Amino acid sequence: MRNAIDRRDFLRLAGLGGAVFASGLAGCASLGRAGQDDFYFVQLSDAHWGFSGAALNPDAGGTLHKAVAAVNDLAVAPDFIVFTGDLTHTTDDPKERRRRLAEFRDIVGALKNKNVRFMPGEHDASLDKGQAWKEFFGASYYSFDHKGVHFVAVDNVSDPAARIGDEQLAWLKADLAAQAGDARIVVFAHRPLFDLYPQWDWATRDGAQAIEILMPYKNVTVFYGHIHQEHHHMTGHIAHHSAKSLIFPLPAPGSLPKRVPVAWDPAQPYRGLGFRSVEAEVGKAAYEITEYPVAKA
Amino acid sequence: MQRRQLLALGLAAAAGAALPQPQERVIRIVARKFEYSPSEITLQKGVPVVLELTSEDVIMGFSAPDFKAGAEIVPGKVARVRLVPDRVGSFDFFCDVFCGEFHEDMAGKIHVVA
Repeated sequence: MRNAIDRRDFLRLAGLGGAVFASGLAGCASLGRAGQDDFYFVQLSDAHWGFSGAALNPDAGGTLHKAVAAVNDLAVAPDFIVFTGDLTHTTDDPKERRRRLAEFRDIVGALKNKNVRFMPGEHDASLDKGQAWKEFFGASYYSFDHKGVHFVAVDNVSDPAARIGDEQLAWLKADLAAQAGDARIVVFAHRPLFDLYPQWDWATRDGAQAIEILMPYKNVTVFYGHIHQEHHHMTGHIAHHSAKSLIFPLPAPGSLPKRVPVAWDPAQPYRGLGFRSVEAEVGKAAYEITEYPVAKA
Repeated sequence: MQRRQLLALGLAAAAGAALPQPQERVIRIVARKFEYSPSEITLQKGVPVVLELTSEDVIMGFSAPDFKAGAEIVPGKVARVRLVPDRVGSFDFFCDVFCGEFHEDMAGKIHVVA
């Protein structure tokens, strides 16, 4: 696809973006089929709109706007954009929750690309089982197809105990049943589906059942949020990639006695925050991930 | 063994098998937004203990992954978790049922001494 080649050339020439991570199965057989095309999408996560705390982010009211502007400034527009949860910071007040969700929706309404997919995080959905979130953004789990890739959004947060639940697991199994064994499948989730670090609640209680359902498929990649940092992990042949946050970073799993957010560094503002692009090329089950800062240094 | 199976074991214990035996020590822990009381307990290595957990407001969780133990704490009910600490050290427990604004601060420590 001409756009994708332009974009890769542009990244190379301009030196934009952060580290590029190749995800998936190297050297896999050609998966190209008629009607497929190269494309890329953007993943943003954990905006926590409504959070306040100057020690962690003195620009909590501005960072999301900067991220939106940065996505709008990408040299080549993505095919779509996905927010993998925690759009808002939690509040016990249902009216305030709706106010934050409405403000978030209005801010990201400034994205030039209107093909935006949303997912809830536990901060958005766990206190009312996703009720307010669904009023604004619709179904909390769903699937769609795009240029030869089957995308599945899994809701592992509307249950406050971090369960996907039997009903959704049955839906997932039925949804995937229509896919060939070598279909390219991308899963979006908020929490990790595997036990990343249960001591910090970085897990999904029945995530192993979801992985079991995904296992028969040869080309599966999971993109998630929740842990406010980049992290890459394999469960068998399935790659899992977490995204940075748009509010404050969290420490590496188990690296500190407590899961205390990383303090804002005035010498390096917005350090550890960012979003990513994910490029899918025809004929490959691998994805090229490029990390971007929310604000230029 | 998968975490859900381990948790299931912990929950099975909470459901009945954890009823304290005559000689077993019982520790009562009260959960409320957003703390446990007490938030630190000291146990002796190898000596079984039954934690009796209650909640004063909303549904809370108790998870001690190092001991493969967990329970949901429903207001008005007592959740029981039997532990046999097999290692000396300090171990985290936390609420794994999202319960409100400061849920992520709701945690405690289990100290195990020789």
